[in-house]
Amino acid sequence: MTLGLENVSLVRGAVDHLRDVSLTLARGSLNVLLGPTLSGKTSLMRVMAGLDAPTTGRVLVDGRDVTGIDVRKRSVAMVYQQFINYPSLTLFENIASPLRVQGRPQEEIERRVRETARLLKLEPYLGRTPLALSGGQQQRTAIARALVKGADLVLLDEPLANLDYKLREELRAELPRIFELSGAIFVYATTEPSEALLLGGRTICLSEGRALQTGETPAVYHRPKSLRVAELFSDPPLNTVAVEKRDGSVAYHGGGTAPANGLYAALQDGPYRVGFRAHQLAVADGTGKTAATAANGHHVFPAMVALTEITGSESFLHLRRDGANWVAVLPGVHEFLPGQTLEAALDPDDVFIFDIEGRLVAGPAGS
Amino acid sequence: MMYTLPGRRAVLGLFLVFLLLPIYWLVNMSFKTNVEITSTMSLWPQHPTLDNYRVIFTDPSWYSGYINSLTYVVLNTLLSISFALPAAYAFSRYRFLGDKHLFFWLLSNRMAPAAVFALPFFNLYSAIGLFDTPWAVALAHCLFNIPLAVWILEGFISGVPREIDETAFLDGYSFLRFFLKILMPLIAAGIGVAAFFCFMFSWVELLLARTLTSVNAKPIAATMTRTVSAAGMDWGVLAAAGVLTIVPGAIVIWYVRNYIARGFALGRV
Repeated sequence: MTLGLENVSLVRGAVDHLRDVSLTLARGSLNVLLGPTLSGKTSLMRVMAGLDAPTTGRVLVDGRDVTGIDVRKRSVAMVYQQFINYPSLTLFENIASPLRVQGRPQEEIERRVRETARLLKLEPYLGRTPLALSGGQQQRTAIARALVKGADLVLLDEPLANLDYKLREELRAELPRIFELSGAIFVYATTEPSEALLLGGRTICLSEGRALQTGETPAVYHRPKSLRVAELFSDPPLNTVAVEKRDGSVAYHGGGTAPANGLYAALQDGPYRVGFRAHQLAVADGTGKTAATAANGHHVFPAMVALTEITGSESFLHLRRDGANWVAVLPGVHEFLPGQTLEAALDPDDVFIFDIEGRLVAGPAGS
Repeated sequence: MMYTLPGRRAVLGLFLVFLLLPIYWLVNMSFKTNVEITSTMSLWPQHPTLDNYRVIFTDPSWYSGYINSLTYVVLNTLLSISFALPAAYAFSRYRFLGDKHLFFWLLSNRMAPAAVFALPFFNLYSAIGLFDTPWAVALAHCLFNIPLAVWILEGFISGVPREIDETAFLDGYSFLRFFLKILMPLIAAGIGVAAFFCFMFSWVELLLARTLTSVNAKPIAATMTRTVSAAGMDWGVLAAAGVLTIVPGAIVIWYVRNYIARGFALGRV
C-alpha cells in the first residue's frame, strides 16, 4: 500500500501540532521522521495511525480516503518510546495478541510468534512476563508484536530513545535487516541525525509541525534546502557565522576577511549566513601543523579553545569566537588547553551558504 | 546505622496491648458464661464455653442477620464496582464538559451524613416495594460507595499508560475485550482495594441498614443493638456476635493488605 497525507494540520487548543503536511510514503519504504522534540513527530505518527484525526486535510491509503476510520479497521502497528507491553501476559501472549484477536488457528500463531521471536532474539524468554526483562528486551517485544501481525504500516516512535547506549547500538544495527524482511511501510521517528543516516531510506525533516524537506536520506544530509534543515540534521550542532560579501572579498562577522574564492565566487554582493558541520572545520593540531592553510585558499581564523570532549576515537573541540561557539571534530585523542588560541580553517568549497531568509544558495558540489 | 530509642520495643508493645485490649476482651467475653461475665473479672474464661456461638449458629434470628448483612454487602460491592469501573475509565481517559466538577461532586457525596438520606430512601423504597429487602440497603449504600470506588479506580487506571489502550486497539481489540482481558488484570489490585472499601463501609454502616429494613432483611448490626434492649443482657451471646462481625472484615483485609495504603490515597501514588 501507499500512504498519502494531503495538507494535514492538527490543532489542539491554541497549539499547532502539525501545519499543512503533505507526504507520500511508498510501498515497502523506510521513512525517517527527523526533528527535535516537539517538532510534531509523534503527532504526525498518530495521524498516520488513525489514533488522532487531523483538524484539516486527508489521509489516503492507496488513494482511498481513510481519515477518521477507526484504528481497529486499519492495518497499522505502532511502537512507542516508552516500553509498552501487556504486563499481565507472557511474552508469547504479548506477541501473539494481535493474531489471537484476528482469530488465527493455534498452529499458525505458534509458528509466527516463534519466527518473529527468533528474528528479535527473544526465543529464550517467551515464557516470562515483560517486566521480568531488561529494557532492550521489552522494547524488542513491542517491536515483535508490531511486526508479527504483518501490518502494512509500522510506526516506530523513537523506539530506542529510552535504551542505554549498548542496547541502542545493537538494536539499531538489526533494524534495517528487520525492515527489509517485512516489506511494510516503516516510519521511524528520531531526534538523532546519526540514526537517520544509519537507517538510510528516506528522511522527512520536521520542524514546528512542518515537513521542511523530504528526500533520500543522504541527499537531504548533503543538500539541506534551508538553514533549519541543516541545523536539525547536524550533530554536533551546525556551526554558523554571518558573512558579508563585497568587492571580491568575504568579511566574517566577528573578525576575519578572506578573498571570495570557492563557492563565494559566484555569489552576488550582500549578507549571507554560512553553515558548516563539525567535520568541515579544520584546526591546527597539537604539533602546530595546520591541516588547511591560507596558502591553498582556505579561510583561516584565530579561535579560542573552550573545551575538549574526548570520546576515544574522536575529539570534539569547542571553540569560542566572538560570542559564537563552534565545534570541530578531530580523529583520535587530542588535548588542547582551555584558553589556548589556535587557528581554525574553512574550505571555501565545502560550506553551506544560506541567504538571510535561510534558503540554501550554494553548497559543496559532488555529494 | 539507625539510632533506636531505648525501650522502643516496650513502647510498641504497650501500644499494641492498648489497641488489642478491647478486641481481646470481646473474645474473652464470648467464651464466658453470663454468670462469669457479670460476677467476676477474669482475664481469661474460667469455664470456657462455646454455648454463645452455638446460640448464634442455631437461632435463625441471629444467623439470618449475618446472611442478610452479607447479602446486601456483596450485592452492593458488585454493583459499586461494576458501575465504578467504566465511570473511572471515562474520568481517567476522556475530557468532557464539566468532567472535573462532576468528579469532585462524586466525592462530595461522601461528605453528606447518611442520616440526610435515610428519610427520602425510606419513603421512596416503601413506595416502590423495595423496603425490607437486601436490595434496599445495597442500593442505598451505592450512593456512598460508587463515588469512593470511582475515585480509587480512577487513580489506578490513570497509573496505566494510555499507550496500552492504544496498542490494544491497534492490535484489533474491541473495547470490551480490551477492558476485560488487558485493563482489568492490570488494575486487579485496585479493584480489590475498591471492593474492600465498599465492603467495609457497607458492613459497618448501621443507620441506613436499620432504617431500610424491619424483619426480613434485618442486618446483624441491627440485631445486636435490638438484643440489648429486648432480651435483657445476654452478654456472652452479644460478645460472640461481635467477634463474628469482625471476622469477615479481617478476612477481606488479609487479601488486600499490601494495597490498602494506596486505597487510602484514593489510588494515587
